[in-house]
Amino acid sequence: MASPPFSSCSVKDAKVLMVGAGGIGCELLKTLALSGFPDIHIIDMDTIEVSNLNRQFLFRQSHVGQSKAKVARDAVLKFRPHINITPYHANVKDPEFNVDFFKQFNVVLNGLDNLDARRHVNRLCLAANVPLVESGTTGFLGQVTVHVKGRTECYECQPKPAPKTYPVCTITSTPSKFVHCVVWAKDLLFAKLFGDKNQENDLNVRSSDGASSSENVEDVFERRKDEDIDQYGRKIFDHVFGYNIELALSNEETWKNRHRPKPIYSKDVLSDELAQQNGNLEKNNVCDDELSVSAMASLGMKNPQDIWSIRENSRIFLEALRLFFTKREKEIGNLGFDKDDQLAVEFVTSAANIRAASFGIPLHSLFEAKGIAGNIVHAVATTNAVIAGLIVIEAIKVLQNDIKNYRMTYCLEHPSRNMLLMPVEPFEPNKSCYVCSETPLSLEINTNRSKLKDFVEKIVKAKLGMNLPLIMCASNLLYEAGDVEDDMIAIYEANLEKVLAELPSPVTGGTMLTVEDMQQEFVCNINIKHREEFDEEKEPDGMVLSGWTQPVSAAENKDKSVGNGASPSDALVTAVESEKNDEITVVSTLKKRKLPEETDISCADAEAKHQKQLEVIDDEDDLVMLDGDLDSFKKRKLS
Amino acid sequence: MSWNRLRLGMDGDGEELTAQETALYDRQIRVWGADAQRRLSKAHVLVYGMKGTVAEFCKNIVLAGVGSLTLVDDRVATEEALSSNFLIPPVESVYGGKTLAELCCNSLKDFNPMVRVSVEKGDLSNFGVEFFSKFDVVVVSCCSLSAKKLANDKCRKLSKRVAFYAVECRDSCGEVFVDLQDYKYSKKKQEETIGCDLKYPSFEDALSVPWRTLHKRMSKLYFAMRVIEKFEEAEGRSAGEVSIADLSAVLKLKKDLCIAQSLSESHVPDALLERLVTNATEFPPVCAVIGGILGQEVIKAISGKGDPLKNFFFFDAFDGKGIIEDISAK
Repeated sequence: MASPPFSSCSVKDAKVLMVGAGGIGCELLKTLALSGFPDIHIIDMDTIEVSNLNRQFLFRQSHVGQSKAKVARDAVLKFRPHINITPYHANVKDPEFNVDFFKQFNVVLNGLDNLDARRHVNRLCLAANVPLVESGTTGFLGQVTVHVKGRTECYECQPKPAPKTYPVCTITSTPSKFVHCVVWAKDLLFAKLFGDKNQENDLNVRSSDGASSSENVEDVFERRKDEDIDQYGRKIFDHVFGYNIELALSNEETWKNRHRPKPIYSKDVLSDELAQQNGNLEKNNVCDDELSVSAMASLGMKNPQDIWSIRENSRIFLEALRLFFTKREKEIGNLGFDKDDQLAVEFVTSAANIRAASFGIPLHSLFEAKGIAGNIVHAVATTNAVIAGLIVIEAIKVLQNDIKNYRMTYCLEHPSRNMLLMPVEPFEPNKSCYVCSETPLSLEINTNRSKLKDFVEKIVKAKLGMNLPLIMCASNLLYEAGDVEDDMIAIYEANLEKVLAELPSPVTGGTMLTVEDMQQEFVCNINIKHREEFDEEKEPDGMVLSGWTQPVSAAENKDKSVGNGASPSDALVTAVESEKNDEITVVSTLKKRKLPEETDISCADAEAKHQKQLEVIDDEDDLVMLDGDLDSFKKRKLS
Repeated sequence: MSWNRLRLGMDGDGEELTAQETALYDRQIRVWGADAQRRLSKAHVLVYGMKGTVAEFCKNIVLAGVGSLTLVDDRVATEEALSSNFLIPPVESVYGGKTLAELCCNSLKDFNPMVRVSVEKGDLSNFGVEFFSKFDVVVVSCCSLSAKKLANDKCRKLSKRVAFYAVECRDSCGEVFVDLQDYKYSKKKQEETIGCDLKYPSFEDALSVPWRTLHKRMSKLYFAMRVIEKFEEAEGRSAGEVSIADLSAVLKLKKDLCIAQSLSESHVPDALLERLVTNATEFPPVCAVIGGILGQEVIKAISGKGDPLKNFFFFDAFDGKGIIEDISAK
């Protein structure tokens, strides 16, 4: 290479947008500033938390609660005072960040923690024709990719891993893993007791024998006026861990080939010392600050790594429940699970453990349960630093328009062909990508039964990732979100409740719908095919979208990593923790394609076959997996 | 004493992590476990030579929560020294008259109140064996080849195991050398736990491995770094004190070395040497990459978790590859 490829001339006029000021963001902002980038804009809606401080080195204890974007700016200006950093404490999906906003930048750099925002930024970059450098890390693994419209694949050309989902009955009736118990404790029990009472909840759908009417059951969770809190707690305990299990056991069919659960009643695990205990508890509980109310603290338990006995779990359960009703009564009815809410984590841990004990599943520590319940993705500073360095290297190539040297780079935990950092040539755009190639999609749906609302929620928002959609049938506007004239609001609201075939402009088999997101400047056409029946387990949405890159489930992925060389998803480096908490392994399957120099990829393929199954490394911080999942199972009914 | 026994000894007092530590280190404990975190909090790390790459490394291990970090660099801060070092505010009234170690120390203390960061004064070659015995990890940079070898030998003389690392970045290239002496660790493969035993050569021994015995696709950066190192040593320059004016002398030295080592000159491209002499200052993205990899390796060595690299790591932003090479006598 003759000319110095990393000359500063391309950098000194550059204006860049960073999305995310978290783990990767802090490292990236520092490295950009040191590398001489003079004008950096940074968007992050988050505020600083204690668990960020181990790697987001621009933040200090005293910054907890403040805007990440703003604090990061101030910290970097201390060592590079003469550059411009413009912070936005806002959501990148806010309408102010439209295509025109994106157009002012030479390159956009993502340090995001969720799929939704990544897709949104991808579309805006495509619409504004601004190159995007995308990144992600988890533990020791990371990756950096370059997306340039028309030149390389876009972020959505490749299938993304589907969030892990669990069948409703596994959660409500037949858990076999600890995670099932955590989902039950968090999304059903916690939501039932402390969340929105009007939400549908599958907690009491236990068996198909209809032994009791749901009306009766509803009463159990309602705390009667002046009902003693300890008595109420034990009633809930006995109902969910005792009575419900007995009821489930009565359905013999379920247990033919399964381990039979054991009902657990409070009197069995706690005997009669309970009353005494509570007398002492009040004294210890001196702190009234809401988020510091803790059942562990009032019971004198300190180590979150300990695995509690069934008795300890039961005491934590009752104490946490009592504390919610006595110290945080005002919040009851509006609470959602939050991994940073100590009391909520304690409650969920204990409830999951008691249920696990019932079903003969090994118990776990609060630390582990918190990780599962909060979908906490492992994160260390070193990987983020490495990835940030690689992002800047790609950004400089993009500024120099050095297309032939763009690379997608994987940061590996275990070397592959002696490489810890493995560059690969970027892929070409996927010709059938519905995002960057305008290929129409097709949707099988029952047009006589499915409402427009279902289509908007399950397809337009959940699958197509649109933020403010507009739906047209030929030239007729059926629906529009966002700023709409008053007289139209009522019409759209009415349309949402109509089934497709009865809309003012009927949508039936053969109709083509146009769905557009004005903010993302993203349009796609969907050909509608009418279909009567759907399989409830396999097609829970009651509609099937095809022609787009379907998320790969873990099982499908496994098949692909062993030998299906033709799949476009082969180049994904994928990672997942294995069940037994041992080390993260990486599979890197590479399509037979030209690699830099004459490297031999056959050994990587061979290696891949020995290694464990993985998912794509995607998210840097808090992966929203179970939450995304919840929607689908909230809306489902058991037969 | 073996490395393993040393670690057991460190665990012996059975201290638990405090609630404060658990909250702060939550995300990384999820990566390497509470045991590893405890070991980290008892480890003492020495770094010599405060350039951008070392600043990155220091940030990483202070965040990770090592017990203590001791910095040595008596050089007085100049504008040039600050170019890729985010630990020093570029305001003369702040940095004027202070040493690089003092300035970096002040910033690093802020990063994690649970880590003791301090400064020692002195020249690497003058520190006695006793001095090194205070540390579990020694990282050296920005010093002569002979100073590195000497420090490495002193670490090896101790009955206690001291992990030794040498690191350099020039232009958009970086190199890490690792010496863990005799390193035993266990890892899980499939369902079983297997014991591993890695034998590392000293820096001196690694560099004495004849070039012609190395495999054909050995990183070109390895040879290029040796040429520059030799040049600096022969000319009595300090590390990084080269410029484009030295190119012809460097190319001649390369030729001589290749002949002496019976290595085809094509393994040491002139263009690469030209880059390394033209721009001796560090390239910040490479500092981040090398400082990150080095941080990860030190964490592995202290915690006993994960496969440590043996025994060289090279990164060149030109091709983007981060390569491990094992350079030891057969």
